[in-house]
Amino acid sequence: MTTYYTSEHEWISVEGDVGTVGITKFAAEKLGDVVFVELPDVGKSVKKESDMAVVESVKAASDVYAPVTGEVTAANAAIVGEPAKVNEDPEGEGWFVKIKLADKGQLTGLMDKAAYDAFCASQ
Amino acid sequence: MADVSNTPLKTTPLHPLHTRLGARMAEFGGYDMPIQYADGIMAEHNWTRAHAGLFDVSHMGPSFLSLPELGGGEEAHRKVSTLVEKLVPSDIAGLAPGKVQLTVLLDTNGGIVDDLMIGRPADPTRQGMLYIVVNAGTKDNDFALIQKAAGGDAELSRADDSALIAIQGPEAEAVVAGILPDAVPLTFMTFRRIKNTPFGDVIATRCGYTGEDGFEILVPAEHGEAFANRLLEDSRVKPIGLGARDSLRLEGGMCLYGHDIDISKTPVAASLSWMISKARRERGDFPGADRILRELKEGVPSKRVGIRPLGRAPAREGTEIQNADGETIGVVTSGGFGPTVNGPVAQGYVDTTYAKAGTPLKLIVRGKALEAEVATLPFVPAKYKR
Repeated sequence: MTTYYTSEHEWISVEGDVGTVGITKFAAEKLGDVVFVELPDVGKSVKKESDMAVVESVKAASDVYAPVTGEVTAANAAIVGEPAKVNEDPEGEGWFVKIKLADKGQLTGLMDKAAYDAFCASQ
Repeated sequence: MADVSNTPLKTTPLHPLHTRLGARMAEFGGYDMPIQYADGIMAEHNWTRAHAGLFDVSHMGPSFLSLPELGGGEEAHRKVSTLVEKLVPSDIAGLAPGKVQLTVLLDTNGGIVDDLMIGRPADPTRQGMLYIVVNAGTKDNDFALIQKAAGGDAELSRADDSALIAIQGPEAEAVVAGILPDAVPLTFMTFRRIKNTPFGDVIATRCGYTGEDGFEILVPAEHGEAFANRLLEDSRVKPIGLGARDSLRLEGGMCLYGHDIDISKTPVAASLSWMISKARRERGDFPGADRILRELKEGVPSKRVGIRPLGRAPAREGTEIQNADGETIGVVTSGGFGPTVNGPVAQGYVDTTYAKAGTPLKLIVRGKALEAEVATLPFVPAKYKR
């Protein structure tokens, strides 16, 4: 399993041709307390860099973008029922969706952990 | 608000303290202000409702409007009041000594230029002076308007280089009792000058912007940080940023200037008719009186109401409001998540036919119509000390 990161602070952990997607710890901290999450329906097609989900803190709403093109195969109902999970464990139990990748070649344009950490440090 | 992108941000006397406390800072009203501290908006909000929160509100505009000579009793108070009554619809002349009043500055069309507080000193030797506190983003214009209305009869002196510190919450009184005991006898919407404290001469007002009991205390700039530190030494007090200040005031049903009220709204439309005193209605001698008196009699096409989304999704400022038939009937002017309500809360303007509490509404959020209803303000009952 390999994890990739986007400059919009999403992560995607890929196993076979399915990726689990969420927002990074850096993003969760920046956002503050998450009070609402809206996820796409299972079966929905999402497009790389297009908005896919919404996450809202006390103060503001933010879009979450799909890191890759593909089809949503699972959505994490746990974070809809308990949005605070996104803050507690953003890169684990606070995952958003699973996506069946249409083109694994899209992963090469994403950052690895070291590159992402350096990117955050420069923000 | 002025474009501040090329202007260095102003700072308050507590700025070094915010930095030391690790606050996340952002521009507000031309100032570099704390949005939140380490605990975050939710925890800060809840702490204020349960204990006591300290807010730096030094960006606001405290000032004094004074006749050349003070101490002329009722006569002097009436004289200085006449000057500001040219701009506001409240009965300033009728204020009892020591009282403060929330009111609005109006333009000639009856539109709200700003909301502000005006206080009459209790001290007989200081009659002929008014304590006036306006909003941060509007203060330069407000001060100019007030000075213009006063002409040569009174002088407005700004005190917005001082520290203005709010302490809010159910434990605020107990905290203040140990530091400024002379402030404790104050009741809601009264104020007094307290001289020769360890923090210089201060002005304490029993008021706030959270719906909780509390005080706003004007302290000379050089004592601001020491005063804030003294409050923060008490384990019941935590620093609270503007993020929680906004969620607290939204639950408290209070207006945020530039959002819930602005120049396009009259006090009648803004559901602030209570500010227009009986005496002033009878005299009809305030700006925009023709329009406002007509609106009081005949009603307004749309008015400010509380809105409770029935689901979990917050409806933010600018959200379209529809009736059950899908017709546009209004817009959300501020909205977010209310931690005490534990759900989304909002304010907005709706056609007056839909303004009654309990009326079903639809909020158009990301293209979907979400169920909501008109709610009675405030969302969280006020706990003022009367």
